[in-house]
Amino acid sequence: MAKKFICEQCGQTFEAASMPDKCPICGADSSKIKEVKSKGINTNSNVYTICYAAVMVIIVAFLLAFVASALKETQDANVANDTKGQILSALGYDKATIDVAAVFAEKVQDNLVEEGELKPYEGKFNTTYGSLIKNGELHVFTATTANGEKAYVIPVVGRGLWGGLWGYIAVNEAKDKVLGTYFYHESETAGLGARIGEKWFQDQFIGKPIFDQRNNVVLTVVKAGAAQNENEVDGVTGATLTSNGVAAMVKDGLTAYRGFLCWSECCCEKHADCTKEECEKTDVEQ
Amino acid sequence: MSKLFSEENKAAFSSPINLNNPVAVQVLGICSALAVTSQLKPAIVMGLSVTVITAFSNVIISLLRKTIPNRIRIIVQLVVVAALVTIVSQILKAYVYDVSVQLSVYVGLIITNCILMGRLEAFAMQNSPWPSFLDGIGNGLGYAIILVIVGFVRELFGFGSLFGYQIIPDSWYVANGGWYMNNGMMVMPAMSLIIVGCVIWAHRAYNKEEK
Repeated sequence: MAKKFICEQCGQTFEAASMPDKCPICGADSSKIKEVKSKGINTNSNVYTICYAAVMVIIVAFLLAFVASALKETQDANVANDTKGQILSALGYDKATIDVAAVFAEKVQDNLVEEGELKPYEGKFNTTYGSLIKNGELHVFTATTANGEKAYVIPVVGRGLWGGLWGYIAVNEAKDKVLGTYFYHESETAGLGARIGEKWFQDQFIGKPIFDQRNNVVLTVVKAGAAQNENEVDGVTGATLTSNGVAAMVKDGLTAYRGFLCWSECCCEKHADCTKEECEKTDVEQ
Repeated sequence: MSKLFSEENKAAFSSPINLNNPVAVQVLGICSALAVTSQLKPAIVMGLSVTVITAFSNVIISLLRKTIPNRIRIIVQLVVVAALVTIVSQILKAYVYDVSVQLSVYVGLIITNCILMGRLEAFAMQNSPWPSFLDGIGNGLGYAIILVIVGFVRELFGFGSLFGYQIIPDSWYVANGGWYMNNGMMVMPAMSLIIVGCVIWAHRAYNKEEK
């Protein structure tokens, strides 16, 4: 590689493979010639590139890890508070105007379903219910709605077009009609699928029946503008897949809770005094 | 102060808003213009987020520009943007939870927005921090303007509302015995491309002589 030299006699610079005997421009001898060392580091060398990448990645990793762990507690508290707000929202409270934590503590009780009966749940408040429902740990919140009615709130979880959906469905004391709902999503399209989080969509569910006479979930979401029967709710225009996701979530979610919701006479009109076995038998016969 | 707002710096700020608009002229960031413009509010939120993130990532890259190895510069830019967006979203999540819920969808869209990469590569790599900051703000706002125009048209004709408030009277609708119907096409993502096309057309026709 050619090195750079400067001749102090004539002030010219030139390149050569090694220290020359004479300056090629003015002929001054080698004592006058100095090598010019390039300043700084060569930013194109492999070593520099690799070191730069490694250092950058390590710094960023530490920074992100630090931020994430430093803020985790506040974030978790926010998420828990928001989840409580969502549950209250399904009960008809306006979560923006109330003290969520206080109202939740006063009006809502977290329970677990055991053998079709509710047992108070004393553990840490959960913010996601998907894996719990899968493991058979069914939570039901007993609460009073904003109108003073007694209600059960059922958490439901499903999938939309781009990511997860979740919601809370408040059911009346007779367990046959919806009192209110709350739905939200991870990453549905803004202005289309994301509109399931809006009040007009959620309020359509109020007063809808949940089960038919044979204990099947009939509450469903249909194409926008196509809802005609009592059990149908209009979907969101331009977001058919998200609407279908909500329909599937409501169906699967409430079906998972059938053991809790179905032993009252409400949804088993044929077997007004049915037992658990008889109800299960009815399902099998279909 | 006069140096801070020299002609060149003013141009770095104002040209992307009109003559060198990132969407209408550079045709960058089209994919997110399609995703978030069916209503006005998400369009504005997205426009502002991109403005802030473009400005600050421009500053950071501009500060680092002399040290960045040429061969991995795109990776460096991407790491800076992704780290910045992630940290900001974490902080929002801890202190302004409502805003972070609003922004959840956009975080991914901001990182992959080609306006960011385009400005980092074309401007911040060659310029000092202050002009880069202005360039970031200018490009973000230029992008936001187009988003707002598209969002305005799509929400007004697709839903009959603006910011979620009904603008077209209920009594006009066919369902209530009137003559009007919302245009379902406007709600479809494809329509935003057609509107962006019309905006580009109008923009070019208007600025014909200046080019």
